[in-house]
Amino acid sequence: MSTDAAVPYLEINNVEVIYDHVILVLKGVSLKVPRGGIVALLGANGAGKSTTLKSISNLLRAERGEVTKGSIHFKGDRVDRMTPSDLVKRGVIQVMEGRHCFAHLSVEENLLAGAYTRGHARAEIRAGLEKVYHYFPRLKQRRGSQAGYTSGGEQQMCAIGRALMARPEMILLDEPSMGLAPQIVEEIFEIVKDLNRSEGVGFLLAEQNTLVALRYADFGYILENGRVVMEGAAAELAANEDVKEFYLGLSGEGRKSFRDVKHYRRRKRWLS
Amino acid sequence: MQFFFEVLIGGLLSGVLYALVALGFVLIYKASGVFNFAQGAMVFFAALSFVGFQEVLQRWGLPAAPAFWLAFVLTLGAMVVLGILTERIVLRPLVNQPPITLFMATIGLTYLVEGIAQGIWGANVRGLDLGIADEPVEWVMESAGLLVSRFDVFAAAMAGALVLSLALFFQYTRTGRALRAVADDHQAALSIGIPLQRIWAIVWAVAGFVALVAGLIWGARNGVQFALTYTALKALPVLILGGFTSVPGAIVGGLIVGASEKLAEVYIGPMVGGGIESWFPYVLALAFLLLRPEGLFGEKHIDRV
Repeated sequence: MSTDAAVPYLEINNVEVIYDHVILVLKGVSLKVPRGGIVALLGANGAGKSTTLKSISNLLRAERGEVTKGSIHFKGDRVDRMTPSDLVKRGVIQVMEGRHCFAHLSVEENLLAGAYTRGHARAEIRAGLEKVYHYFPRLKQRRGSQAGYTSGGEQQMCAIGRALMARPEMILLDEPSMGLAPQIVEEIFEIVKDLNRSEGVGFLLAEQNTLVALRYADFGYILENGRVVMEGAAAELAANEDVKEFYLGLSGEGRKSFRDVKHYRRRKRWLS
Repeated sequence: MQFFFEVLIGGLLSGVLYALVALGFVLIYKASGVFNFAQGAMVFFAALSFVGFQEVLQRWGLPAAPAFWLAFVLTLGAMVVLGILTERIVLRPLVNQPPITLFMATIGLTYLVEGIAQGIWGANVRGLDLGIADEPVEWVMESAGLLVSRFDVFAAAMAGALVLSLALFFQYTRTGRALRAVADDHQAALSIGIPLQRIWAIVWAVAGFVALVAGLIWGARNGVQFALTYTALKALPVLILGGFTSVPGAIVGGLIVGASEKLAEVYIGPMVGGGIESWFPYVLALAFLLLRPEGLFGEKHIDRV
């Protein structure tokens, strides 16, 4: 491997994904994530955010999806034919949309299960557990309860903590804000930022909550209909008029009242 | 009253055997969501292979005791290989197919396993001797005046030890935890790097081991014969009673089926001309389905609303 500058950290090149041999979901998506960055993947329902993440973590095959074109490289190695397990060992792990905690296992057992790829290194796993409890003190309080009976926020924390147990370099975080109160969303994003700063964990973040995501990310891509339609630094995107109109619900002169609903929508300039 | 207890205890002890077979079903169903119709065939395969290995080894001049243990180890090896092959050849190509497809595949597997077993070892009925006589335990007879078979007690103890060790394995080992994780949520297990295929192979191998223990005890009791595959069907009412996903459920269900069929045979049988032992458990299961379809210990579905 040559220097970091020459070899991009995570690079997705013109990836096309087809489900069930017929449904074309990604139509050539390319993106890059630098080492230790937080990159947001934005877009509406069905834009292909989750599919992009799953094509990286290789969970697609379990849903009868397939990368049919393009390539995915992590630290210079091609990874799109690997099993999810190999990829976790290499340091890329996905936290799936909707948390997916092991409902009948206790919170602590969930975390320990996350250390499966670490083998039998007891002391190391113990230390990992303490670290997760340090970042998520709430999980320590609930360590003995069945994960299925904890709150949504706690489950999201449990899912992120479980991924951390595998000692990842990069976490693919799918829709962490889903169904959570704004306060909890804020709390979780703060922890993400903290993990990024102090542990150097990189994040590729799929989010519908554009406002929050752009506040915490460094860079963003906007997906629509399986294509990247816009990309840029997070601050730039947040200031962009189109993004404001279509994703932040703001137009030129700020939030509109329904009294003045008759307004002419901006045209999506990238469609044509 | 003494007679009642004798029947009850005899029933409970034979119920332990049903529980053993049911346990094999539960293990596989929990981990891979497959209802493994071939569990009965696996019991038959195990028993037949064990007897076959024993015969071969003794023909080579090995004394009885080492031949017994060597045959046990060889059969265990065969069951593990069978489990791994099943995962490779049957399950892996059918990943993500609907459950009914997998169920059909295991029906096919049943015939294959039965055929292979008989093809290798022949279809003769054989005896299997574990060295424990089927006679009353003396101290129970003297102190309580009950006739309790020594063999039944031994079988129950074996089953108990097996269940206990499985429970410990599931609760406290890394692989056991991964197994429970896979049982809970395949996708999530996959996402955190648990190799599903290896876990499934392990589950099938463990189920093979359980089938071996069940096969030895059943075989010693009734002779190693094709009918063993049918006794495995008695595991169905056990599962309906106990729940498809619960190990303790399989045990309790087995005990209930064993005890109730013997008691029904003795006390209700004469009214209808006897022979109800073979169908009573199914009626019981049917009644249960109406009242508690998830079984006594079936996993509660945890759902946040």
